[in-house]
Formats: sequence, C-alpha cells, structure tokens
Amino acid sequence: MSESNKNGIGKFIGNLKDIINFLPNTVLRSKTLDSDKTKAAVMVNNFFLHLQGAKTHINTLRPAYTFGMGLISLFLFFFAFVSGVFLMIYYNPSIENAFNTVKDIKYVVFGGNTIRNIHKWAGEGMILFVMLHMARVFFTSSYKKGREFNWIVGIILMVLVFILNFSGYLLPWDQLAYWAMVIGANIAGSPVEITDILGVTKYFDFGGLQKELFLGGTVPGKATLPRVHFFHVMFLPVILIIFLGIHFWRIRKDGGLTRPEEFEPRPSDEKFLAPPQKKGGLFPTNKTYGLMELAKGRTPAVNNDIENAVLSWPNLMWAELAVFMLTFAGMFVYSLYIDAPLRELANPIIPENPAKAPWYFLGLQELVSYSAFMGGIALPTLALVALALIPYLDREEGYVGVWFSNTQGKVIAFLSFIVGTAALIGVLVFIVNFGWIRTWWPDVPQLVIIAINPGTLWVGFVAAWSLMIINKTGSTRMGAIAMFVMFLVSFVILTYVGTELRGPNWDFYWSKKDWPVH
Amino acid sequence: MSNNMYCAHRDPDKKGKEEGVSRRDFLGLAGIATAVVSSLAAVLGLVRFTKATVHYEESHKFKIGKPEEFPVGTIKKLDDKKVFIFADNEGLFAISAICTHLGCIVYPTEWGFQCPCHGSKYNEDGKVIGGPAPRPLPWLEVSMHEDGNVIVDAGKEVKKGTKFKVA
Ligand code: HEM
Ligand code: FES
Repeated sequence: MSESNKNGIGKFIGNLKDIINFLPNTVLRSKTLDSDKTKAAVMVNNFFLHLQGAKTHINTLRPAYTFGMGLISLFLFFFAFVSGVFLMIYYNPSIENAFNTVKDIKYVVFGGNTIRNIHKWAGEGMILFVMLHMARVFFTSSYKKGREFNWIVGIILMVLVFILNFSGYLLPWDQLAYWAMVIGANIAGSPVEITDILGVTKYFDFGGLQKELFLGGTVPGKATLPRVHFFHVMFLPVILIIFLGIHFWRIRKDGGLTRPEEFEPRPSDEKFLAPPQKKGGLFPTNKTYGLMELAKGRTPAVNNDIENAVLSWPNLMWAELAVFMLTFAGMFVYSLYIDAPLRELANPIIPENPAKAPWYFLGLQELVSYSAFMGGIALPTLALVALALIPYLDREEGYVGVWFSNTQGKVIAFLSFIVGTAALIGVLVFIVNFGWIRTWWPDVPQLVIIAINPGTLWVGFVAAWSLMIINKTGSTRMGAIAMFVMFLVSFVILTYVGTELRGPNWDFYWSKKDWPVH
Repeated sequence: MSNNMYCAHRDPDKKGKEEGVSRRDFLGLAGIATAVVSSLAAVLGLVRFTKATVHYEESHKFKIGKPEEFPVGTIKKLDDKKVFIFADNEGLFAISAICTHLGCIVYPTEWGFQCPCHGSKYNEDGKVIGGPAPRPLPWLEVSMHEDGNVIVDAGKEVKKGTKFKVA
C-alpha cells in the first residue's frame, strides 16, 4: 500500500498507536541507542544530560575518588525542595498560626510527619555532605587548574546551605525558633560592640541596622516571621539554584572533574574501553559549525583527549542512579525512624536552659560564649575568607587529582590533626577549669575580651602553624593542608563540645546524666 | 581607568588627542558611571524599603502599679516586661532582665543574676562577674505617672545606683 492511497484516518490511527515509540524518540532525539554515536548524541542533545560530557573519565567513576558527595548534596537539595513545596501547602507564616500549622503537619496530616522529617534531615544532611564534599575537593587539589573560581562558588553554596537551614528552623515559632531569632538578631547586631568602642554608633549603627532588617522591628514578632519565611522559601532557594547552575556549568567547561596526570586503567576497565563503534550520526540535524571551533587549547582534541574515558550513557547514568537511590533510601529510612524535633510554643518570657541550636551551630555557639562579635561574626567571616582564598594563595601545580598530594602531604595532614586536636582540647580544658579574663578581673575593658579570647587565640594559632609549615616545607600546598585540617578539627571538636559537654547555663558536664534537675 | 577598552581605533599619530579623555571614552565612562550610581541608588532604596517605618510593638514604657505595692525589701520579676523591680530604704529601682550578651532572660540567684544561654553572670547591681556579656545589666528609668502609678521605661537607661524615692 503506497503512501498516497493510505487514507487519512488510517494514518491517524497509525500515529496514535505509534506514540509510545515516537514520543521517547523525540525526547531523546534518537531512535536507537545502539552505537557510540547515538549514545553520545543522547547526552549532547538533552538539556539535563548535556551538563555532562558525552564521555566520562574512568577516574570520575571510581567511587573512592569523589565518594559521590557533591552528587549526594545535590540530591538532598532536590528532596528538601520537593518536601518543602508540600510543607508549604499547610504551613502559615503568622505568629498566631505557625506553631499550630506545624503541629498539624506533624500530628494530623497524612504522611505529614514523614514529609517534615524528610525536609529536616535532607536539609541537615546537606550540611554534612557539602562539608565532606568540600574536604574531598580540597584534599584532591581539585581547586586548581582553572577551578579556582568554582571553589569560591562552592563556598557561596555552603554559606547558602547554612543560612537556609537556619532560616528553616525559625519557621515553627517554637522555643527553638524564638530564641534562635533573639540570639541570631543580637549576633547580627553585635558589631555595635565595635562601633561603641569607636564611638561612632550614633552616626553609623551597622549592627543595629542588620538586626532591624532581620527582625523587622526590635524583637521577634509578627513582622519577623513573614520575612524569614520569604527568605527561606523564595530568596535563598532561588539564589542557591542559580549558583548550582554556575557550579555545574563550570565543572563542564573545566573539562569534567580533576584526575591524576598519570592514570592507569585497571584490567577490569578493559571491557568499557572497547574501540568506538561508529554508526549513525552524532547530530540529528545539519549544523553549520562543529564544537571543535569553540574548543579551548592549541588544537582540537582529536584522539588524545578521550583517552581512558568511557561513554557517559550508560556508564555515568548507572553510577548516578545508584547514588540517587542510595541517597533516597538512606534519607527515607532515617526519616521513618527519627523524628524532627518540635519544641514547645514560643515563650518570650523564658528561654530553655540550656538553649541549644541544632548541632551544626553548636561549634559557633561555643565560640559565641567567649565573645558575641568575635565568635558570631568576625571569626566565621575570617574562616570563610581564608577558605575562599585557598586557591589563590596556593597555586602550586602538581598532584592535582591525588588524595593528599604525596607522602609529605599525608604526614602534614596527620601532624596537623594531632597538634590541632591537642592544642584545641588544651584551650578548652583551660577555660573550663579556670574561666577567662572576666572571671579574674571583672573590670577589664570589653575590647580586651574581644581581642583576646579562646577563639581568637585558637585562630591565631592555626594561622601561625600554617605559616610555619609553609616556611618549613617551602610549599603553599602543605600550608593549605595544615590549615584545612585544623579547620576540620575545630569544626568537629567545637561541635562535639557544644553538643555533648555543655549543659544548663552553658556549664561543662561530662554527661547529660550529671545535669542538675530543676 | 586609562585602558583602551573604548578606543581601539585610536590613532597613535594624533598626539594632541591622546591627552585628556576622548569623546568616545567620556561617553562610555559616563554611561557606566550612571548605571552604577543608579543601581546603587535602587539598592539603597530597597534596603530602606525593607527597614520597617513603624514597629507595631508594645511600648517600652509601662505602669507597674502603686508605690504601696512595693514595700522596702521587694524583689519582684515582671516576667512579661523582662525587668526586676527592687525596693530598699533609698527607693525603687528597676534592672533589666535581658542579658547584654545576646538577649536571653537572666534569672536571680543568691549572688546576683545568671544567664542560661552562654553562662554570663552578674552581681546584684547587674555588674558582669563572669561569662561573655559585654556590658552590665542596664538600670531603667523609674518615674511616677500623675495618676499615682509607678512607670518604668525600659527604653531609657539610667546610671547604676539611681533610685526613685517615693515622696
Ligand atoms: C549545595 C552545595 C553543593 C553541591 C550540590 C555541589 C555539587 C557538586 C557536584 C555534583 C560535583 C561533581 C563532583 C562530585 O560529586 O564530587 C561538584 C564538584 C565540585 N565542587 Fe561542588 N557542590 C556543592 C558545594 C561545594 C563546595 C562547598 C565546594 C568547595 C568550597 C565545592 C567545590 C567544587 C569543586 C571545585 C568541584 C570540581 C571538582 C573537581 O573538578 O574534581 N562545591 N560539586
Ligand atoms: S545571652 Fe546571656 S550569656 Fe549569651
């Protein structure tokens, strides 16, 4: 039957039956995925997939290189996003209703408790995995070779993740939320300590302005919740998504992930590295120029660039699917068994004792208990700036893609870990037993405490130690390793102390069992 | 800013024109400056928008009752107002219960006041004797309303030791 005498209705029925086959083809822009070329085309021609290359280096697929931690962070963000959209259906950001709507979600709404748990744990999980991801990027020197700026984008993402979590736990208007607003607002206002000392608060009250912009007034109240809500559900996620876009776009433009210069495939890789089967066209339509015209470098990469790389479809896709499923399973099971806390209704008259932030802020809370301005603003800012500048202060080119660079790197990391742990625990033991300057001389000026407190001394020590390492080894990379290890040590130890060893009145207790009952 | 971004076609022979800013440079720079200044103005305006003009909050100034309700020896915490009221032979005085560190509410102890949040300690006068608090607990202005009620103004700090003598 030739085309011409096929009747219209027949054609229509035929098309209708064929939708199931034709529609996927139009999505993937290819009929069959049976050759290297069509498999490459599927990656190149799909909006989401083209963020990844048509080919992926084997090293990238080795689980022990990235541990998939960036990807886990991304998937956790996705889960937090989706669960958050559903929470919005019931949540109401007014001080009259907020607490009740959250209680409603937790106790009444079908699946509400689980969705809320998923939202909470996916959000907190991002903190954990983003920091682990940063550590992986750092220790494999992956902030080098054109990736300097992407490291800064990463730091911005990390800050956004922290602020997103913070703004999130302000929303239920329970005791945690209320007193976190009070304390957060006063930390925002703490530059007033400095402007007071300089005597310029009258003219330029920067701290006061920050506090006021946060609270929409002078105390947490009906003006505060709507703006915090707006930040949490609109502003911060949009900014985060924009920066995620930049992050991924840059990874792609930098030629994928870093890898060691000398890379030897293992025998087990052989079957993936089969010679290309050329069949079918790469592009379904005619193009007027080829990608090589845009490629960076002296010559278009003809045969050398794709060494040791395998097709992304399906190899990378399987790996990503596996990470996705593991992340989902872990988060889901955790959320089924562990409930996100909800404290009592906000009570402006009396704070809880102890009034503790969630775990990821307890290191900061410990620092803040030495000095509000230093612990809450100056030192965290300093730490972030120091982290952000790592690629600019260490530009040594070797060892990219190699964990800890070399034997010396491992030694420095280990040494810094031991020295840092001992020194920081020493400082903590000292203040727990002997107090600090104000305990001995109550009349000492505030400026002295701002300048000299356990937090500033510790940061000074880390700086001195890192410079010493640079001097001894003649290598900026070694100095960076020393500093980064000590940063991780401080985060972990301070968080542990704040979480486990601080009790009522922020006093020191070996265990919760020793807390006074009242 | 003397780079050649805007004058790629500048002729090196025309020495006279090299000095000063060429018309093309000037227009370019003026354009950029205008864009920067107007964006800054817009941002400032938006920040000002974000800062509330009116605070719908409780007044700082409140009545606490007739003087007779505070006989000598009184130590009373007004929970919702976050102040302590004291009365001794020299008169009435009020001390704020808001920790000067980061705003938690202190509670009275045998030796003064304790903050639960980060461990600040104050003596009975509100002076810092331990912990991170940067300033003493403020003493607040106490006065008398014409209807015979005592007023405390939590927005007005007075010197330590200022006591209000009921006439
Ligand atoms: C929301 C937070 C973040 C997400 C979702 C994210 C996601 C990712 C993903 C999926 C990758 C691919 C490789 C991998 O999985 O390890 C990656 C690579 C990278 N990330 Fe992140 N990231 C985040 C935060 C950060 C932070 C905090 C830093 C460092 C300060 C950072 C720096 C980098 C760099 C430099 C690369 C390229 C690494 C290489 O070439 O080997 N990212 N990121
Ligand atoms: S708020 Fe009182 S010690 Fe921090």
